[in-house]
Order: sequence, then structure tokens, then C-alpha cells
Amino acid sequence: MKSYVEPEFIIERDNEKCTRCKVCIEQCTYGVHYYDPKNDIVRSRDENCVNCHRCVVFCPTKAITIKKNPTQYTENWHWTREAITDIKKQAETGGAILTGMGCDKSYYTYWDRILLNASQVTNPSIDPLREPIELRTYLGAKPDKLELEMENGDVVLKTKLAPQLCAETPILFAALSYGAVSFNAHLALARAAAEFGTFMNSGEGGLDKRLYKYGDHIIVQVASGRFGVSPDYLNVGAALEIKIGQGAKPGIGGHLPGEKVTQEIAQIRMIPVGTDALSPAPHHDIYSIEDLRQLIYALKEATDYTKPVAVKIAAVHNSAAIASGMVRAGADIIVLDGVRGATGAAPKVIRDNVGIPIELALASVDQRLRDEGIRNKASIIISGGIRSSADVVKAIALGADAVYIGTAALVAMGCTLCQKCYTGKCPWGIATTDPWISKRLDPDVAAGRLVNLLRAWSLEIKEMMGGMGINAIESLRGNREQLRGVGLTDTELKILGIKMAGE
Amino acid sequence: MDKGLSHKEQKQSSPLGSVVANNGVITINAADMNYRDLNFLLKSYSNSAKRIDIYNVNGQRYIGTNLKNNVEIHVYGTPGNDLAAFMDGPTIYVHGNAQDGVGNTMNSGKVIIYGRAGDVVGYAMRGGKIFIRDDVGYRVGIHMKEYGNQKPTLVIGGTAQDFLGEYMAGGILVVLGLTLKDDEDHKAKFVGTGMHGGTIYVRGQVAHIGKEVKIMKLERNDIALLKPIIEEFCGYFNFDVNKILTEEFKKLIPFSTRPYGRLYAQ
Repeated sequence: MKSYVEPEFIIERDNEKCTRCKVCIEQCTYGVHYYDPKNDIVRSRDENCVNCHRCVVFCPTKAITIKKNPTQYTENWHWTREAITDIKKQAETGGAILTGMGCDKSYYTYWDRILLNASQVTNPSIDPLREPIELRTYLGAKPDKLELEMENGDVVLKTKLAPQLCAETPILFAALSYGAVSFNAHLALARAAAEFGTFMNSGEGGLDKRLYKYGDHIIVQVASGRFGVSPDYLNVGAALEIKIGQGAKPGIGGHLPGEKVTQEIAQIRMIPVGTDALSPAPHHDIYSIEDLRQLIYALKEATDYTKPVAVKIAAVHNSAAIASGMVRAGADIIVLDGVRGATGAAPKVIRDNVGIPIELALASVDQRLRDEGIRNKASIIISGGIRSSADVVKAIALGADAVYIGTAALVAMGCTLCQKCYTGKCPWGIATTDPWISKRLDPDVAAGRLVNLLRAWSLEIKEMMGGMGINAIESLRGNREQLRGVGLTDTELKILGIKMAGE
Repeated sequence: MDKGLSHKEQKQSSPLGSVVANNGVITINAADMNYRDLNFLLKSYSNSAKRIDIYNVNGQRYIGTNLKNNVEIHVYGTPGNDLAAFMDGPTIYVHGNAQDGVGNTMNSGKVIIYGRAGDVVGYAMRGGKIFIRDDVGYRVGIHMKEYGNQKPTLVIGGTAQDFLGEYMAGGILVVLGLTLKDDEDHKAKFVGTGMHGGTIYVRGQVAHIGKEVKIMKLERNDIALLKPIIEEFCGYFNFDVNKILTEEFKKLIPFSTRPYGRLYAQ
């Protein structure tokens, strides 16, 4: 059938600069570039281009430019190019439009409407270059009170503490499943987490045995498909996370396209090769908070109460009430994933229209747990579009204990957010299981880049904290006095629990 | 509560109820015992004991959860939900009925139930065997998995409710219908919805199947596969193998290993 869908991008090649070295042909996994020997020229199939920039970066003479297709439909504010193109694709295929990464629509990013405070004259700022600023973060249930005892002249802690994760910075790597990302990507995340003293999340696709040695820095996930959930897997992780929902696709399940289910992935997930790995929306044994409690305690029993159990949900309209139930069900850590949360594959209509901004969900959950006097019973980790250290600081001041970064970690490894993760052809060797393409990601180099990112953000966080006169992340948590809103309505300020700038 | 214990047996002091050891057989009186204490005892004793008998079980959850040793456990009474969850090795005999979530994500070992079981039995089971003499509830055998030699088997002597074998990706699920009357069919609906691997064998008529499943006749190799499984079942529950095998079985397998491959456009 003749496609009515026009190429989204046009490749311009400067034939004077082009040396016909064919690197672009070799690097492109979508078959865009090809050599025409008769005319000694490299040509392109623009319709295949996803704008991943692999060829642009690797072209030794910088001869390639990728442009948005200048041929546009008649300008129409309502009927955008995307709306028209999607309809054409659906008319051709009859399928739901699949996409990758997080929601790219223009909903408010509230982080950009929140500004931070700094000390001036009174309560002087702290210079992080000469004074220690503490970023160490403990994640897990905290006791209501501490009881101390004198024993042989020493003060001894009598209260039995719940198991905790200890991270050297309040930044963890989000759940990226093996299968959605390559082994090398998983390995790089594990190495970086171990080196920096933080955690990666295995995602819901199990854990390759080669990563077991990094288990002390891995949170292992249990989702409805229970992929890779072996007794060893539960024992090797530092903590367990029950995945109920994901910000990119609240209310629908995980879906690893069959293209990515190779022999290795099939083995670890225990499913047929080439099948779609289906993790349906509900856990079929969880239909209530009581059922959730049953799984939380099954995992605690399985690990002898030595590891924190986290529960992850997508941020939705009544997250606050749900979070309260989660804490009461025994979750040690609750994870909230906002509308910007990314994915390896999701129907676009869900990704772009379901769920709420993480900033609002976080503020309302933190407030609700405080109002109910149970905020100490669980830590809060948030995720979904954290782009910078400033986002992290604002999140913690709004009430989070830590953040998960997924997209930012991928970008550190080379990702350009072309949103084609579901094809399994990621030219950067990240979101692929193809052994040939996966080789492009050197786990040592990628781990180094991830550690650099953590180091840079941690330094910036210390600078911002020092500026506020705060020397421990504990004192920043839930410290909304350090935040002011700009361009927000009264309702938004009320939900965020912050004052207007100038107030 | 002192069933089977002689006066010679030594009673160990335990704050958690009475534990008696005799020649590698541990006997636990679980009356009024919290599940956490009971499971702690099981974990402690499963290293050394050959057999553990638990009496007066009354709804304690997670019995056998993540136990690893090849110990034999006899449960007298009614165990609570998630019996044998994540279990990896032991054999559990339940002398009574079991509740929901038996064998949740179980890895290896055996569960034999001299009675019925509730909903979601064998959820995401990865290996081992479960034999249930009577009926089971809803959503049984969903997400069962297999790879290579690791292949779970779940046998139901009676009948099952809706969504049997939903999203099944591997393993063998057998439903014998022995509790049905002569002219009665299985009532389960949506059997095998979303199934993309594994096999369901049903003795008797199936009322309603998922659209991803097809019904086949048994072939010679199916009978070779089924026979030892049914023999084992009959060994536990005193049924006649040949009588069971004389009635016709149906075999349910997925049309495709990729039932939802055509749902999406790119």
C-alpha cells in the first residue's frame, strides 16, 4: 500500500564535505543511508530517519544535517502535523500508535515555575568547598520515636530500626528492564551505582546473573508478569520493589515488543522467544490494599524482613489516598512516577494523556502522609522527567526523600530522545537487545559518564543547599519554605504548599 | 494437638508454641501462633529436619515461603494465603483445604493438597509441581512460565473457575474434572485468554475459551507426557489411572506465541 505519511525529517548532505567513507551507512540501524556507486554518492531514505543523530555525530567531516521536513500541511493550530500523521498511520495499519520515552506534550513543568531561596546577610550561606554538606540518604521506614538506654555507661539504641537503603546522594537510577535496555546498559547502571554508592533498579525483566555481584546496589523489581523473579533474584537485591504502575502508562501493563525478546531475554523472563512480554495492568493477585499487603509481606517473609519493600505507582488523580493505603499496607518506600515518566514502549495516547504531573502528586502525597501522622513510616522516591540537579533540590524541598532518574541516565549514556525505543534498533546501543548494536555501548565508558553525572549533580545540589544555609539533605526534605512559585494560580500554590514569589 | 506424639519425645522449650523433635521429625503445634513465628520456625528447622509436621494450622500465611531445602512438610488444618510462595525445593502435603495464592512464583518443589484450593494457584509458577485433589477457584495457573528444563506442572483433580491459564507462557496445566457429575461440563470461561506458551489439558468439555487458544486432540506424545503426571496424581489420591485416561482429553494451546503482535502501529 502506498503510504500517505510523509517523512518527518529530511537529511541534507553536503556533498563537498562528504568523503564517501560510508560511516553513516554503517552506523544507521534504520537503513536510511545508502551508497549509489554509479554516481559515487551517498543518498538517503528520509522516510526511515528517526532523528537519532547517530550519523551526525559519527560523520567525520560533519557533512550531515537533519532537518524537520519543511513541507508542512496548511497551518492549523488544532489539526497539528502529529494529529494528521497519526490518523494516516492508523488508517494504514489499524493499530494503536506505539511510542517510547516520556510524554512530550506542553503540559506545565511545575519545576520551571518554582524558584529556590538563598541566604543573604542573616542566616549566612555555607561554602560547600570548605564545609561538609551531607547528601547521604537513608530510605526505608523510620520509627515513631527513638528509645535509648544506658548500658555500661554508654547510650545504646533500644529501638529496632527497620531495614534501610543508604545512598550517598539522593539520586537513584530508575527501573529500566533488561530487555527494554541492553545488557551493557544494565551493566553500566549497576557499575555506576556501585561506584558512587547509590542504587539502580533492575526493572521488571529480571537480572542477569553477571550483575549479581552488584546486588548490594540493585533494587529488584517484581511486576505482574513476575519476569525473572527467582528465589536468587529476591535474595540478591538490596531492596524489593513491587511495580503497580508506571508514569508513562498508568493503568496499562508492561509490554516488551517481541522484536526485543531474544534467546537471552526469553531465558531470563521464561517466555517463548519472539513473544511480546506481557505484564498486564493488574497483578492478578492484587485487587485491594489488603491484597497489596499480602504481596508486600510475602516478599518480606521471603527475605526475612531484612530488606525494604518499595511499591511503585503512577501519579494519578487520587494518589494521596492510595499512597496512604500503601504505607498502611506495609510499604517501606513509596515510589511515585509522574506523567513525564518514560518507557521503552507504550501506546502514545496513554503516554500523553494519562496521569498527573509529579510535582503536584508529590506535594499532595507528602502532605497527606504528614496530616495522617504516617510520613515517617515510608520514604518517598519520585520519578518522571527529572532533568537537572535543580529539579532534584525542588523535589526534595517539596517532600521527596530521593529521586529516580531514567531518561537523564540514558541521555548520559548517549540517548537523544528519538522516542523509538520500542523498535529494538536503538542506534546508541541502549534500548536494544541486538548483540551487534549493543556492542556500541561500552559499559566502562557509559558507567564513567553516569558517575560523572551523579558527581556533577551532587556538587550542584551542595552548592544550592549551601546557598540556602542548609548543610544536610535531611533539613531540606519537605522544607517548602525554601520554595516560591511564579506564574501559578492560588489553587496550584495551595496544592504545592508553597508561597508566591514575593510573599 | 498431641497427635502421634509419644511420652518419650523430648519437648523443647520454645516461646513460640510447642516444638517437638524426634529422629529428624519436627512437630510444631501452630495453635494461636502468628505466621511470622511459624515461618521462622520452619526456616530454622528446615536446614536439619527431614520432615516437619505442623498441627492446628489455622490460616497462617506464607507457609513454606522461599524455603530452599528438600524437607517434607505436612500441614494439618487450613493454611492461609500464599502457601509455598517463591518456594524452592520442599514438598508440602496439605491435609485439608488450601486458600488463595498457593505456589505464587514457586521455583521448584511440590505441593500436594488433599482437598481444594482457592484463587490464583500457581501464579507465575516457574517450576515444580502442584497436585490438588479437588476444585480450585478463579485465575489459576496464570502467567505460568517455562524455559528449557524448568517446566512447572499444575494438576487439578476437580474443576476450575474462569480465567484458567490466562497469559500462560509455559508449563503444563491439567484439569481432570473428577468432581464433575457424569453429564456436567467445566464451567470456566475465558480459559487461556492471552496464552502464548505452555499447554492446558482438560478432561471433559470446556465451555468457553479465550480467542488466543485453539482446542486440539491429544496425540501419542501428549499421552506419553500426561500419563506419568496422572500416575503421580493417582498415587497421592488413590484414583485409578486407567479409568481417568479412558475419558477424552482436550488439549489447549495458543494459536501464536505472539498474540498481540499486530495491535500496534509505529
